[in-house]
Amino acid sequence: MNFPRLQEKLEILADAAKYDVSCSSSGGNRKNKKGGLGDSHATGICHSYTEDGRCVSLLKILLTNHCIYDCAYCVSRKSNDIKRAAFTVEEVVDLTINFYRRNYIEGLFLSSGIFKDAETTMERLVRVAKKLRKEHNFNGYIHLKSIPGASDEIMKEAGLYADRLSINLEIPTTRGLKLLAPEKSHDQMIKPMGFIKNELNLYKEEKKIFKNVPKFAPAGQSTQMIVGATDETDLKIIKVADHFYQNFKLKRVYYSGYVPMLEDKRLPSIDSQVPMLRENRLYQADWLMRFYGFKADEILEKSNPFLDLEVDPKLAWALRNREQFPVNINTATKEMILRVPGIGRKSMYKILTARNFQKLNLEHLRKMGVATNRAKYFVEFESQNIFNKYIDDFNFRKIILQGMKSKFQNPFSEQLTLF
Amino acid sequence: MTILLYDGTFEGLLTAIFEVYEYKFDPAEIIAEERYNTESIFSATHKVSTDQEKSDRVLKRLEKNIGKKGISQLLKVYLSENENAERLILSAVSQSILFPNEYILENFANSDIMEIAKITKSVSREVHRMHAFVRFEKLQDEVYFAKIEPDFNVLPLIIRHFKNRYQDQKWMIYDLRRHYGIFYDLNEAQFFEPALEQTSQLKRTENILHEEEIQYQKLWQRYFFKTNIPERKNMNLHVQSLPKRYWKYLTEKL
Ligand code: SF4
Repeated sequence: MNFPRLQEKLEILADAAKYDVSCSSSGGNRKNKKGGLGDSHATGICHSYTEDGRCVSLLKILLTNHCIYDCAYCVSRKSNDIKRAAFTVEEVVDLTINFYRRNYIEGLFLSSGIFKDAETTMERLVRVAKKLRKEHNFNGYIHLKSIPGASDEIMKEAGLYADRLSINLEIPTTRGLKLLAPEKSHDQMIKPMGFIKNELNLYKEEKKIFKNVPKFAPAGQSTQMIVGATDETDLKIIKVADHFYQNFKLKRVYYSGYVPMLEDKRLPSIDSQVPMLRENRLYQADWLMRFYGFKADEILEKSNPFLDLEVDPKLAWALRNREQFPVNINTATKEMILRVPGIGRKSMYKILTARNFQKLNLEHLRKMGVATNRAKYFVEFESQNIFNKYIDDFNFRKIILQGMKSKFQNPFSEQLTLF
Repeated sequence: MTILLYDGTFEGLLTAIFEVYEYKFDPAEIIAEERYNTESIFSATHKVSTDQEKSDRVLKRLEKNIGKKGISQLLKVYLSENENAERLILSAVSQSILFPNEYILENFANSDIMEIAKITKSVSREVHRMHAFVRFEKLQDEVYFAKIEPDFNVLPLIIRHFKNRYQDQKWMIYDLRRHYGIFYDLNEAQFFEPALEQTSQLKRTENILHEEEIQYQKLWQRYFFKTNIPERKNMNLHVQSLPKRYWKYLTEKL
């Protein structure tokens, strides 16, 4: 093994892959077949965290950063004057296995620039996955980027070896995409997503009848949208996300605050800030839709299509809908308890079970880990709650904000415990 | 008040609990012998000798009342080495005997139960961190070796995970603080306690590393550096997710 050369490639191709924020290794369910290497955890494991606070779970690299396309937002674009490199299939396999054996990673996330055409590129990615599975009996996690324009046959094969497949929309609006990536179209991306969705459904159906149907991408598919490279609103973004959750059965949508790195008059200037808080709010909104029973248009309205940067979207909703509160903790439905600011899903379950034993009060909630500095205004009990009177106060928003330190949550963590 | 002294093992603790009921000690306190140092003139002591049968009978009863899940919670409390562990476990057992038809470990309004929930949460978090932060180094004899220093005694709780994951390589995980480890020899994973003169060798492995080991460590370190986005730097989040006390065993942070 030529380690210095390998290291140089790894540096270039990890650097080029880092803007894909997806890090999840969850949803895998491959068990270690007797004597093999690796076993996937349903919840995924973050083995480390970079200094930007992101989870390191997979070896995330490009197979190559040579690309025939010229997408404005991408460092690997053809017109960008950078060092190029390409791994061989064997090198990627060797790195994956050796990192996995040392417990550095859960598996591999392999993406690539389009070096010849979509089909050839995809075919090469699949070859890596196939080798890992077939020759090395590797049962760790594999996430493959699907290259738009690749054939259904190769996509089908990809699904046999990969746990997750993804296609990044990158730019949420058609207009924005046309501007920044004129060679691409949403249709071209949506087609393989539809194909994957159908294959996933098919697998589910066949599984009911036959026991030994080969797995197809058991961890489903995901996508990513860049936030702040064009002028889209938050409402637009979460509507798009909602659409893909509903219609393409996506496991996750990732939001990636645009990191200015290229001079281009179509893009925000090179010294603009990465919109991290906005990105964080989008993740919170996304969680509200997926796990808290909120609809996209409850979170944002046309008249005000941007998320409140000062308060999280759940608190923002509560402030707009004060007539729904206070909520009686001892009698309210699960759905309503979930809507109380300061109560997350775990506390909600604790409340539901504990109230079978006895009536609960604010002190109980505090001990269960509820953020009572917010929740106290919105809940009621059998005995009087002096904080309820503030709900109708003109300065309620201010009163709440004074009582809480806003904590920046890690949007990439597997267990985003919100609110 | 009766103080029951036991040998510090989980079976010993369960035996002690059995004897609290057998001899109707009330109030009772259970303490591990090696932690008991102040003789108190106000309380009598009772020495427990660990008895597999008594311990099994407590377990059986517990399994009926709170199930395997409940037992594993209590085992976590025991492994937490928390100074209140015995008291909390005794309290949970008494409650489960009082209310055999309820899953008493969910009575979160009870302060002992809430404390148990807190402890098991911390222990589970430590287990999860060990799954994540164990770093193996390949040695010359092809054994993958890792040192750990967990806050709680979680080694028994992580065996299954590593055994499932690494079936085709020999590996060893050693707890530096508690001086014992697990060794998997391609067939079984077994506990081992090194002799005193071996422990210093287990601490210093740099002379027995496999010839490629340093290269892969370097690759990993460079990868870790390059996958970071400096424009998004957020050290608070970094340290919060990756507490400093784990750094000295993390290859990427060396
Ligand atoms: S096709 Fe992919 S790799 Fe190539 S420039 Fe566009 S985004 Fe970058």
